[in-house]
Amino acid sequence: MIKLEHVSKSYSAGIPALNDVSLEIEEGEFVFVMGDSGSGKSTLIKLLLKELEPTKGTIIINGQRLGKIRHKNVPRFRRNIGVVFQDFRLLKDRNVYENVAFAQRVIGMPVKSMRRKVPAVLSVVGLAAKYKSYPREISGGEQQRVAIARALVNEPKILLADEPTGNLDAHNAWEIMRLLDEINQRGTTVLVVTHNQEIVRAMKKRVIIMDKGVIVSDEQLEGYNED
Amino acid sequence: MRISTFLYTLWQGIRNIWKNKMFSLASIATMSACIFLFGIFYSVVVNFQSVVREVESGVAVTVFFEDGVTQAQMDAVGEQIGKRAEVSNKQFVSADETWEEFQKYYFEGSEEIAKDFAEDNPLANSAHYEVYMNDISMQQSLVTFIQSLNGVKEVKSSDAAANTLTDFNSLIGYVSAGIILILLCVAVFLISNTVTIGIAVRREEIGIMKLIGATDFFVRAPFIVEGILIGLIGSVIPLSILFVMYRKIISYVGERFRWLNGILDFLPVDQVFATLLPVALVLGVGIGFLGSFMTIRKHLRV
Repeated sequence: MIKLEHVSKSYSAGIPALNDVSLEIEEGEFVFVMGDSGSGKSTLIKLLLKELEPTKGTIIINGQRLGKIRHKNVPRFRRNIGVVFQDFRLLKDRNVYENVAFAQRVIGMPVKSMRRKVPAVLSVVGLAAKYKSYPREISGGEQQRVAIARALVNEPKILLADEPTGNLDAHNAWEIMRLLDEINQRGTTVLVVTHNQEIVRAMKKRVIIMDKGVIVSDEQLEGYNED
Repeated sequence: MRISTFLYTLWQGIRNIWKNKMFSLASIATMSACIFLFGIFYSVVVNFQSVVREVESGVAVTVFFEDGVTQAQMDAVGEQIGKRAEVSNKQFVSADETWEEFQKYYFEGSEEIAKDFAEDNPLANSAHYEVYMNDISMQQSLVTFIQSLNGVKEVKSSDAAANTLTDFNSLIGYVSAGIILILLCVAVFLISNTVTIGIAVRREEIGIMKLIGATDFFVRAPFIVEGILIGLIGSVIPLSILFVMYRKIISYVGERFRWLNGILDFLPVDQVFATLLPVALVLGVGIGFLGSFMTIRKHLRV
């Protein structure tokens, strides 16, 4: 599903943000990526979204070599990837329903599809009752749920989450992680970049640890179930 | 494109204008001022050109013939002159007609003096052609051509009148083109500024759109719509004002300065607006499109 072959990324002449990274993530996997600031986690997410081009190496997602995708085809490629950020990135002047529908609208889906899919995905994240609320009227945890709903509404095969619990308290952080796990159980490949060691240890998933642009550890935590 | 996407894009364009009310207003005001001035210049120029055409049609080149030239030869010269594209009309005046005109003009009240000449026409060699032109700037070449014809003795023309009218016409053309060009540049600049601010205000939204998989067109279209709408509103307002103003002015001048009738005849409003309306609308919408298109190409790399 996601494959990196000897990928390096340098922003300038200094130390590379990613240095000869190779990894493979299978379809339906749940993977945590951990590491200190500057370890290359965010660069990895940007490379997977084709926001950045690697200096060296090859990235293959859903069988597509990212280097071969032409500029005009990048939007179509991104529609297969949902993305969630630490700061939620919701549109403050639109309510919960409109924020989620926005993802459908930008890819040109008909209004009929929005009316069917948006309430359904809001039910999945437990916010069906708050569809009229504006971001300022709901908690941080709920805002992140809206962001997850927006990422899911177009039914992507992959969900990338960059520090999704970074701005949340412990309770809400757990709720979000459970939600991501549930989404993964439904078949979506999930890659979560996080600092939260407690959650990572407790969830017993595959964990990739990065340091200074290289992968220093890649292991299945105890209790991981192949099925 | 789906109707819902089209309506959404249109709505976003309107929303952009509303969100940056002050800048949009400034752009619309500048655009209105540009189109208003353009409209005034255009109205003045077409009316002036109409007056010039009127004057030009009254400026004639007179062709005199050598002694002993037969009527057939004079007719042949007339025929060749009539074939020239710059000639709008030609009129043959015989020696007798010239003498009659002369008598009316110089012997009015003392007709008995004229009678002394009896059948003897003192202007026997004064048969001539009066040639009228549709383009006074071609006068010199026409005069040279006529002078080269057999039997022609002299060609009289007013170089001063021709040159003054031609020069004045060109001057008006250059000045108005220059002023309109400057105004258009200002309008493009202001629309570009408004769109740049719109992009800055919506930077986060644009970022989200890109990550969700919006196409370049989807991201850019609302800004193009914004520019076009500013151009359209900025054209319709001044055109409406000009339409009312023009009618009022010509009716006011017509009533108040009756002595000008016949000297300065304004073109009817329908005739002026038949060209001004489509040109100004295309200009406004075109500037709006150009200003926003150039800006998004520069600031909105998606």
